Amino acid sequence: MPAPARVLICRELRKRFDEVEAVRGVSFEIGAGETYGLLGPNGAGKTTTISMVCGLLAPDGGEVLVAGTPLTTHSVAERAAIGYVPQELAIYPDLNARENLHFFARLYGLSPALARARVDEVLAVIGLTDRAREQTKSFSGGMQRRLNIGIGLLHRPRLLILDEPTVGVDPQSRNAILESVERLSSEGLAVLYTTHYMEEAERLCDRIGIVDLGELKAEGTRAELVALVGQHDGISLEGSGDLHAAAGAFERMSAVQAASVQDGAIQLLVDHARTILPELLAKATEAGLAVSSVEVSEPDLEAVFLHLTGKALRD
Amino acid sequence: MTSTRAALLILGKDLRQRVRDRSALLVAIVVPLVLASIFGLIFHNAIGGRVTFTFGLVDQDHGAAAVAFRQQVLAPLERNGLITVVSEPTLAAGRHAADSRKVSATFVLPPGFSTAIGNGGQTAVTVIGSVDSSIGSAVAHSIAQSFGDRLDTIRIAAAAAGGTPVDRSQIASAPPPISVADISARSRQLDAGTFYAAGMAVFFVFFTVQFGISSILEERRDGTLARMLVAPVRSSTVLGGKLLTSIVLGTASMAVLALATHLLLGAHWGNPLGVGILIVTGVLAATCVMALVATLARTPDQAGAWQSMVALVLGMLGGTFFPLAQAGGVLAALSLATPQAWFLRGIENLTGGAGPSAVFGPAAAIVAFAVVTGSIAFMRAGRLLAR
Repeated sequence: MPAPARVLICRELRKRFDEVEAVRGVSFEIGAGETYGLLGPNGAGKTTTISMVCGLLAPDGGEVLVAGTPLTTHSVAERAAIGYVPQELAIYPDLNARENLHFFARLYGLSPALARARVDEVLAVIGLTDRAREQTKSFSGGMQRRLNIGIGLLHRPRLLILDEPTVGVDPQSRNAILESVERLSSEGLAVLYTTHYMEEAERLCDRIGIVDLGELKAEGTRAELVALVGQHDGISLEGSGDLHAAAGAFERMSAVQAASVQDGAIQLLVDHARTILPELLAKATEAGLAVSSVEVSEPDLEAVFLHLTGKALRD
Repeated sequence: MTSTRAALLILGKDLRQRVRDRSALLVAIVVPLVLASIFGLIFHNAIGGRVTFTFGLVDQDHGAAAVAFRQQVLAPLERNGLITVVSEPTLAAGRHAADSRKVSATFVLPPGFSTAIGNGGQTAVTVIGSVDSSIGSAVAHSIAQSFGDRLDTIRIAAAAAGGTPVDRSQIASAPPPISVADISARSRQLDAGTFYAAGMAVFFVFFTVQFGISSILEERRDGTLARMLVAPVRSSTVLGGKLLTSIVLGTASMAVLALATHLLLGAHWGNPLGVGILIVTGVLAATCVMALVATLARTPDQAGAWQSMVALVLGMLGGTFFPLAQAGGVLAALSLATPQAWFLRGIENLTGGAGPSAVFGPAAAIVAFAVVTGSIAFMRAGRLLAR
């Protein structure tokens, strides 16, 4: 399968504010239909990186290419490829939802008719069609967040940049936002998503870059990152039958790194637990083990972050 | 999207916001109109307004000196429109007229007034003042005193000439007690209604234009500026849209105020084209001055505070509350360092039916302010629009 076309390429981005080097040589690429997460604690340099990617901030070094074209603070037409959703709500509270969307749609160069059509579509996507004519200052935080995201989608960008879009959002709205991002990615949009929520990065992102103190510490798929720190998934099997015989059978499987019986259950260390699980259950049946419960524990990005930086993600 | 369309789009959005934000309407129209009305009423007689007093006259003498007082002293002032004289038949009627505020004061010429004057005897013009018209009473006293001084002069002259009794012709030939000079072009002055209409309009336009240019800082704070700057438009287009908002709001505010004060307060702004030139240049200067202040500030609150201070100081110095230009001296010279003073001077130049050319000088001075402050603001605009 050919690699997806690179929509965003960042090479060796650097930015210094007085004595503080906020971004130190950050490089990553995002392909069409790919969601790339920048995962790191507050102050890691995520927003500064995004500001340079959007052309809001001139980098001290490095370059940004959007759809193969260099993007600087002086670029104009190239910006049409970018949809930007800032971390803070960036909407006009004394305009209604439709007016907010229509203004930015027109600013992105959509004709009046096309702007109206896209506004209707986006209102439906973000679930605000019924509230379109209400001033946004009367909206709940979640509704405002959804509108904030909707503005970034109006002109069908090739690259959608979301800077911590779920901060301060209630669980229901947060889930709606994550579902929207998943849907957009499946439609071929390249998404750059920054967050300090590990669960969001794990759920949404095809690849993740772990950033701390302005540096990209590591990047890759979730599995690649986990593998990077040498951790394996754990599986705990309970059931009736010869546990030791079953454990011996499991140990002969190539994906199983270790198998032992502890406290009346078989403890396994495996590669890719979710992939190997059907094969394991079949092997258990062959070994005469009637499985009554299965518990999978996968090493998460929290552990990866801890391993790479020596501190917890939310420190 | 072209830069012009994008700037107009920003203008449309800003105007929609301002229409919904009632404070803009208050600052741009309501407050200046109310203040112009109040100041115009309070200072009607103090600034350029025609001062007129009504005086009563009780003539119990009917002699030559009484006729001379009436015809040679009071009549000229009456002809010049400074006073109105009402004859009262009796002393009681004259006193009642003063007590009931019908007149500011009543002159009483006692019986034997002319005889006493002719013989060099003691007599007096009595002035009964109204307690509610201290200025009018003072003017009446001054007129009576002046008449007495003239008589003394004539008596002394007559005594020096051999004691000839004073006659009516001598009184008539003496200079009048109060001279009324024509108002020259040099001391030309607006009536109170027009002065405060123009003064308040140009004072508040410095606040009104803030709704455009200063909203850049508000949008930066609220994140919407970043959103606009990520869009495929030049940052100069965003700045242009904001400047356009200031100019449209300021021009609309001043035009509405000029029309409203003309219709409601009877202000005489003068030639419409001349007024238009002054309004446009005045708004331009206000926008440039406020833009410069905005580029110095870091936050919208800071900009608002500094701009208010600058608008207030320039407004006071420019004579929008008091006609400093009429005062002369250092203060009048200093006031010319403000666009407001030149604006008011331009409006003054239009009094008496002058054409648009009468405002070319003041308009050029106002444009000079706009060019200087606007150039500095433009050089600093990058800071305001830093992406």
